[in-house]
Amino acid sequence: MLDITDLHANIDGKEILKGLSLHVKAGEVAAIMGPNGSGKSTLSYVVAGRAGYDVTSGSIMLNGEDILAMEANERAAKGIFLAFQYPLEIPGVTTMTFLKAAMNAQRKQRGEEELTTPDFIKRVRAAADKLGVSQDMLRRPLNVGFSGGEKKRMEVLQMVLLEPKIAILDETDSGLDIDALRIVAEGVNALRSPDRAFLVITHYQRLLEYIVPDSVHVQSAGRIVKSGDKELAHELEKNGYRDYVADAA
Amino acid sequence: MTPRPPAIRTKAETALAESFEQNRATMPGGDALRGQRARAFDVFHERGLPHRRIEAWHYTDLRNLMREAYPITQGAPAAAPASGLRIIIRDGVCTLPTGAPPAGLKLTTLRDALAGASDALIHALFPDQGADDAMVAFNAAMARDGVLIEIAPGAVIDEVIELDVTASGDAPHGDISRSLVLVGEGARASILESHAAPPKVQRNSAMIFAVGAGASLAHVFETCADSPELHVSTLIADVGKDARFESFAFVSAGEVLRRQGFVRGSGEGAKIALRGVNLLKAKQHADTTLVVDHAVPHGESRELFKTILDGEASCVFQGKVVVRPHAQKTDGGMKSQAILLSDDAAMYNKPELEIFADDVVCGHGATVGQLDADQIFYLMARGLPRAQAEGMIIEGFAREALEFVGNEAIRERLGAGLADWLARRAS
Ligand SMILES: Nc1ncnc2c1ncn2[C@@H]1O[C@H](COP(=O)(O)OP(=O)(O)OP(=O)(O)O)[C@@H](O)[C@H]1O
Ligand SMILES: [Mg+2]
Repeated sequence: MLDITDLHANIDGKEILKGLSLHVKAGEVAAIMGPNGSGKSTLSYVVAGRAGYDVTSGSIMLNGEDILAMEANERAAKGIFLAFQYPLEIPGVTTMTFLKAAMNAQRKQRGEEELTTPDFIKRVRAAADKLGVSQDMLRRPLNVGFSGGEKKRMEVLQMVLLEPKIAILDETDSGLDIDALRIVAEGVNALRSPDRAFLVITHYQRLLEYIVPDSVHVQSAGRIVKSGDKELAHELEKNGYRDYVADAA
Repeated sequence: MTPRPPAIRTKAETALAESFEQNRATMPGGDALRGQRARAFDVFHERGLPHRRIEAWHYTDLRNLMREAYPITQGAPAAAPASGLRIIIRDGVCTLPTGAPPAGLKLTTLRDALAGASDALIHALFPDQGADDAMVAFNAAMARDGVLIEIAPGAVIDEVIELDVTASGDAPHGDISRSLVLVGEGARASILESHAAPPKVQRNSAMIFAVGAGASLAHVFETCADSPELHVSTLIADVGKDARFESFAFVSAGEVLRRQGFVRGSGEGAKIALRGVNLLKAKQHADTTLVVDHAVPHGESRELFKTILDGEASCVFQGKVVVRPHAQKTDGGMKSQAILLSDDAAMYNKPELEIFADDVVCGHGATVGQLDADQIFYLMARGLPRAQAEGMIIEGFAREALEFVGNEAIRERLGAGLADWLARRAS
């Protein structure tokens, strides 16, 4: 589904991704772990289409289609979703207004009918109830004054409503309390399906106990330096990254 | 000793002085009023049109902007509006609605009120606040009409009192009006002041409010799609004990607009809120210059202005909060925030605090920036095309101020005006 091959990307003249390759199949949950500053968020931004990166070589294909020339919104409409490590606050725009605009913008770009208001509200209610997102949060401006954990929950709510083909979760577990972690993981698990893939970026094995990955990848200094199954996460938890950091250097 | 250069020297200043001379004999009102007008004209005559060396007018140099003064003319009164609580001031002449106003509300044209004006009325109509400003003085000297709105003590007027200030005809001309709103103790009312005009109109309008103890007045100022080419709008308010005065300005039309406010909290516990949204493009220029004067303890004031500038537009926010020596426990907060959508737009922020009391909480903040690239990316990553993402951020930015408009119908209408402005920008 998502094929990243020998990706090199710079920002402000500094190379952050240095020949990164990663292949995620439909239905797969892939986990990426790696030390701070190894370029995990950078990878997620480059895949989602943030401006400012200079991809000097390599490719990113979604279901066989090259996405590198697409704007971020086109990629979203094609089914790429990024749950941000640091979700942005949008003052003055209520969460409901934003959700409706996002859902309909994607539908429009795919040539689908816009949602009717009752249908939209029904969907939001159902998803919000499952994820423990309060009505009050939905009425407030998007992410403004939300706690760290509330922001992460809001990211998952958006993922559930936008029904992406591939969801990249960038440290969605950080800032969540124990109950929220379980609720969020259940939300992800409920979305698992043979035609949807996940790329879960995390520092902690704990999340991977709830969302059991099919593959685990170690990213270090802008490359994937080791891939394995879920046992690799256990090993990292025990030994840290020292073997792989040394490899990369 | 070198003689001072005469203040009146430009073509426009000469024309304004001549129009005063032509009109003075036929102005309504008795001797006391005539004396008042003559003194006001002297102030104008001494100062001339405000220019950049006058600090309060530094960024809006009228001597430069008003190369020509259009003749000040009075038309025939407009036809009375058939329904609603709508007052029309067209070409400086007031027309009242035909229907009986709600209980507790009395409307009089200023020309009628002036015919037998008491000293108290004259005093209320020509307060000392702002009196030494040349344009306020010119307005005082020249205004023949406007509306006198009297709200009886304790009256609650639910219906919005609409004041449509407009002009007729294609010939370039100037119009002048002055209106007075007297809010009795404990009364409540809201006023919507809308400004419209054909292309070539210069306007000098003044609204004067006296808000009695415990009363509450909400005022909204808006520009309509076709607004005066040049408009000096003055707001003067005196806010009594435990009274509340709120004024909101929605500015999106007009070429040059100077809004100046002189607001005084004269009773303990007076609450003052001045807010607004400026949406400017092309070569539009809007200036908001405010003086909020806390004369007694326990006053509160809030200013919040949100400005969006495109093209070569320019905007000024000058806010001065004065806290007098005895005005302890004053709580003042002032904010002006601007987003520049173009490299050629300019925002001038000048917040000022003059605090002479020691036990007060006063703060101010002014920001000028561009749209935030991270916010844009966040929305685009959710599927919004760039233009829609930008529009949503701008709209949210302005809505943070719009939310303070208490009247739902007006708030929604202004919200629609905002959406419309954004849509036209995107297209
Ligand atoms: N604009 C920039 N200019 C230069 N270096 C940058 C820029 N933005 C990010 N970097 C650097 O890129 C590197 C990778 O950052 P990134 O956020 O992708 O790391 P990460 O793996 O997500 O780290 P963490 O685990 O802490 O979230 C860091 O060293 C960071 O300082
Ligand atoms: Mg990161």
